[in-house]
Amino acid sequence: MPNHEEVLNELKAQFGDKIQNSKLDIDTLIVDVESGDAVYDILNYLKTNSALKLDFLTTLCGLHFPNQTGEELGVMYQVKNLISGYSLRLKSYFPISNPKIKSVTSLFPSANWMERQEYDFYGIEFEGHPDLRRILNEDDMDYFPMRKEYRLEDATRDDKEDKYFGR
Amino acid sequence: MNNSRIELSDNFDGEIATLNLGPTHPATHGIFQNVLKVDGEKILSSEPTIGYIHRAFEKIAEHRAYYQITTLTDRLNYCSSPINNIGYTMAVEKLARIQVPKKVDYMRIILMEMARIADHIICDSVIGVDTGALTGFTYIWQWREKIYDMYEEVAGARLTTNMGRIGGFDRDFSPRFHELIRAFIKEFPAAFEEFNSLLERNRIFMDRCIGAGPISPEKALAYGFTGPNLRATGVDYDVRIAHPYSSYEDFDFTVPVGINGDTYDRFTVRQEEIRQSFQLMKNAYENLPEGKTHANVPDFFLPPKHEVYSKMEQLIYQFKIIMGEVPMPKGEVYFPVEGGNGELGFYIQSDGGRSPYRLHFRRPCFIYYQAYPEMIKGSVLSDAILTMSSMNVIAGELDA
Repeated sequence: MPNHEEVLNELKAQFGDKIQNSKLDIDTLIVDVESGDAVYDILNYLKTNSALKLDFLTTLCGLHFPNQTGEELGVMYQVKNLISGYSLRLKSYFPISNPKIKSVTSLFPSANWMERQEYDFYGIEFEGHPDLRRILNEDDMDYFPMRKEYRLEDATRDDKEDKYFGR
Repeated sequence: MNNSRIELSDNFDGEIATLNLGPTHPATHGIFQNVLKVDGEKILSSEPTIGYIHRAFEKIAEHRAYYQITTLTDRLNYCSSPINNIGYTMAVEKLARIQVPKKVDYMRIILMEMARIADHIICDSVIGVDTGALTGFTYIWQWREKIYDMYEEVAGARLTTNMGRIGGFDRDFSPRFHELIRAFIKEFPAAFEEFNSLLERNRIFMDRCIGAGPISPEKALAYGFTGPNLRATGVDYDVRIAHPYSSYEDFDFTVPVGINGDTYDRFTVRQEEIRQSFQLMKNAYENLPEGKTHANVPDFFLPPKHEVYSKMEQLIYQFKIIMGEVPMPKGEVYFPVEGGNGELGFYIQSDGGRSPYRLHFRRPCFIYYQAYPEMIKGSVLSDAILTMSSMNVIAGELDA
């Protein structure tokens, strides 16, 4: 299995300042990358690199941090090599006013529904996705329910304060 | 969800018709809608619609204390709830850096393998039903009931088990459980082989299943297949081997693989997995170590009830645990387990609060069901039904 430092150095050598940040959490290397096309390029590189060959997209999911001004929304990608068992997590953040990121459907067909799901719940627009529409919610829904500002409870109730009952 | 695409074909007198398979069709075993374009009995294209039982689990989880989320995971793949429950508690344990005693690991293996047997029994017997062989189903079903009796002894519930706690189990196996599992270990193999002999080398069954809904290993990997469906194509990826958890490394077992990735291979791979799971369960039960049934984590493990009523410290802990006010380190973790249908992953992001900041379920069904239109393209309608039941698409896991 490749070690985390080698992978990080290789990514830094290849992509330079597109790699913004990195940390090791428990056992997985987490790399923050620039928004836009960078994620696609890096995933493409990781997939085709003969030493790493991270060619299995384990999962991807949306993230929302209302307090990070300018990069409120994000996407987490986890890719893996099934033979060596090495996993790498990539994250990319972008502003909520322009929630756009390049789709990875052409690299991983499995990303099709996963991206539709995150579009459905966070309103993240995956550019280049062949069929970006809602998947679990109704088509005529006009909001994105997993964003933090949408409360789980009925918003007209005032007998339950969020301080005591969850967020 | 998309209902706007249901349209009638404009050339009814022509050869291509639009057929609505589902949302509630008895042969699909769950709420799945497929709008098919058919030429006679041949399927030209299909358009799946999902989301009929979407329950917003990821949103609800952001508002609940960690121990309250186990009940949500029951309802993902409800055919093997204990795997989901225990997988989730292990993900939280990894986040909170809790080490559990060996006995807990073995108890978990027993229960998870039992759940896998129940899950695969359902899938395989239903493949029989869909090919017209109802007999096997009616006989083997009672063994699933016996497994549910054992769940009941451990957790008090049969289907949505909410089994285990963060850090272990609330109590040891009961004497009645030991009776039931001993009887199960003694009697199950003969009953299972009888069921197997009804189908596996049955000429009619083989003719129906071989070549129905095949997929190549390359396609399967591209579509994110995991579990028995991936192994049926010949790829030997199993989370229990690739990233052993809960002391699976202590046991010796075989990962069966298929060749063609068709319905018959998915069936036989599951049949062999039942045998392997049974051996695993038996070995874990026979080697069950002595010791405590939970880790020493007062922040998560409820104190004994009689002490709660008489001692201050215990009362405080009881209150804190029930309200979810337990310390949880900041950080993020992804923890996969081998579920009934494949790699079931839990991605937890914690900001140190009482509930997860973000909880994402990697649901194997959701990911591999998108390959379904491609798998049934060009086949006949009855094969499409078989393909769906052999993929074991569970509506609860699909929609979350």
